Amino acid sequence: MKRYLSLAKNHFKLSRNINWMLMSVALVFLAIMSDAGLLTRSFTGLLSRIAYSIILAVSLQLVVGFLGELSLGHAGFMCVGAYIGCFTANYLHTVIDSKLLVLVIAMLVGAAVAMVFGFIIGLPALRLKGDYLAIVTLAFGEIVRNIFKNLEIFGGAMGLKTKIYKPSELFIIAFIVAIFTIIFIQNLIRSKHGRAITAIRDNEIAAKAMGINVTYYKLLVFIIAAAFAGVAGVIYGHFTTPLLYTFFSYNYSIEILVMVVLGGMGSIHGSILAAIAITVINFLLQNNLSGDLAALRLLVYALILIVVIIFNNAPALKGVRARFNIRSFIRRFSQRKVIRPSLRYDDSAEWNQIETKIRMDEILTADLPHNEIYTPDPREKED
Amino acid sequence: MSIIMDGLSLGAIYALIALGYTMVYGIAKMLNFAHGDIIMVGAYAILTILTVTGNPLLGILVSIVVCTVSGVVIEKFAYKPLRGASPLAVLITAIGVSFFLQSIAQLLFGAKSRPISLPYLGHVTIFGAEISVNTIITLIVGAIIMAMLTLFVKYTRTGRAMQAVSEDRGAAILMGVNVNGIIMITFAIGSALAAFASLFYLMQIPSTSPTLGSMPGIKAFTAAVIGGIGSIPGAMLGGMLLGLVEKICLSIPAISQYTTAIEFSLLILILLVKPIGILGKKRREKV
Repeated sequence: MKRYLSLAKNHFKLSRNINWMLMSVALVFLAIMSDAGLLTRSFTGLLSRIAYSIILAVSLQLVVGFLGELSLGHAGFMCVGAYIGCFTANYLHTVIDSKLLVLVIAMLVGAAVAMVFGFIIGLPALRLKGDYLAIVTLAFGEIVRNIFKNLEIFGGAMGLKTKIYKPSELFIIAFIVAIFTIIFIQNLIRSKHGRAITAIRDNEIAAKAMGINVTYYKLLVFIIAAAFAGVAGVIYGHFTTPLLYTFFSYNYSIEILVMVVLGGMGSIHGSILAAIAITVINFLLQNNLSGDLAALRLLVYALILIVVIIFNNAPALKGVRARFNIRSFIRRFSQRKVIRPSLRYDDSAEWNQIETKIRMDEILTADLPHNEIYTPDPREKED
Repeated sequence: MSIIMDGLSLGAIYALIALGYTMVYGIAKMLNFAHGDIIMVGAYAILTILTVTGNPLLGILVSIVVCTVSGVVIEKFAYKPLRGASPLAVLITAIGVSFFLQSIAQLLFGAKSRPISLPYLGHVTIFGAEISVNTIITLIVGAIIMAMLTLFVKYTRTGRAMQAVSEDRGAAILMGVNVNGIIMITFAIGSALAAFASLFYLMQIPSTSPTLGSMPGIKAFTAAVIGGIGSIPGAMLGGMLLGLVEKICLSIPAISQYTTAIEFSLLILILLVKPIGILGKKRREKV
């Protein structure tokens, strides 16, 4: 028992799991606050928005940051999930009383349908690279939007009317789903499959040569990301009504991509933080600047975007960045001193001086059949 | 007949915009998402000059100057610091610039769309079909511009330098090509073409709004990819093809609602058959 505990202790790294743990703590705290009636309606709305933004950002991070394919159609998957999921929910409300159950079923349906579309979009991803794939995903998003706009069953241009879930309860469910998303994608990345996915990102040809099934993993990533986007869409559909096709334009896909890029490629912590930051910035700008100043909101947003990206990426600002690096700042305070064994024992041994217990001739005899008598050296026989 | 002419003139507009995308992509290796909004800038320049002086020709000239200057300024302040950074960062910056231009237009001219009154030039009847003079002007001027651009790229010193940079930037630097200058010229030419596109666009749809550029921008980008991004004849071909498809789809009532979906499906289909576009150059991948 003790052994297992110590094993778990060794394998558990706080820095890797801190994101969902912090989020769970925040969720419990906020849920209690909400239950006590301390949270305003707009604040719980903001929380729901943060939650589905996190789901979108983390799932897009899987495609962009870990698989290394640029996808500009994430809002398209969200659109499919939202429309189909909410359509199902509208029907289910007449049959099932429990709202929670309906929401969960709608999420599952949305995820399943989005998965199918993820598979369809994953297929061209096998043949296309980089910017070509980006335009195909963008095209996909626009196609989906165009089709839902014109289907009368889904409300057409007027939008699909959905039943709004109570915001003070919706955010709790949304947060639980977000936490599940984070844990799922985080564990996927740290598994054998995740290693294969990052290997494809780093060098597809080399990965293929190592026996990684590139087709399988690319499709897998697109399907998983699409499923989570679909779930986020269902949450969005229960957050606002009517569900309008205009929301899912490529601008929204780009907003999700901005979260991923600002958070840092291949960093789940980063995309969570960026998702929170961007949603909050948008929320604040939206609430404080209305009417004629709405344009100012876009202006501030655009300026923040340009300045942050240039500051983070410009080759000329490398020195400045190194000085203001949060990570190295944290490290300076928290790093324990680790002494490498070679330094500890003042070990200057070269590799060829290291004593081994097995001699060369033993290795050579190792895989011979039992009955054959081995003679180490032909010259010994001559003697 | 009139549908085909309309399609070709719309195609010429798309081709002009697509040329901006494809040239910038070929030379700077970046997707300039703000290119569509340069059209919007040009449209507002024409609108302003028209309301102030009432002279459309002056409006066109000013719009060309404004577009070129804004293209160069954007390149200088937003993209140049990021040269050598990851392509994704440049892409996001381009999107930021696009939002920036839209919000500036919204602040200056309001969010509502404004009608614009360009002189009406009448119709001509060719082979029994009524075709507006605007369409014919678009086609002829578009063809002249594209021919001039092709000649420029093929036969002038600067044009050859552009080809060299797009082929191999490192080697071009070693051969003494001023890469930064070439990239600036590319942006200037692309933006000037966008100014022409904005004029022709206004001749078809006479109203301006801050988001005027985004949809033609995306479609022209699609056209550039269909033709093979980075290839100048490809952009022209892709633009013409897309314009034709759009007008033909719009003329059939049963599918006119789904025009956008059909256009983008066409893109996906073409890329599935030929992943580098119709006239794209294949790059061999090395480990």
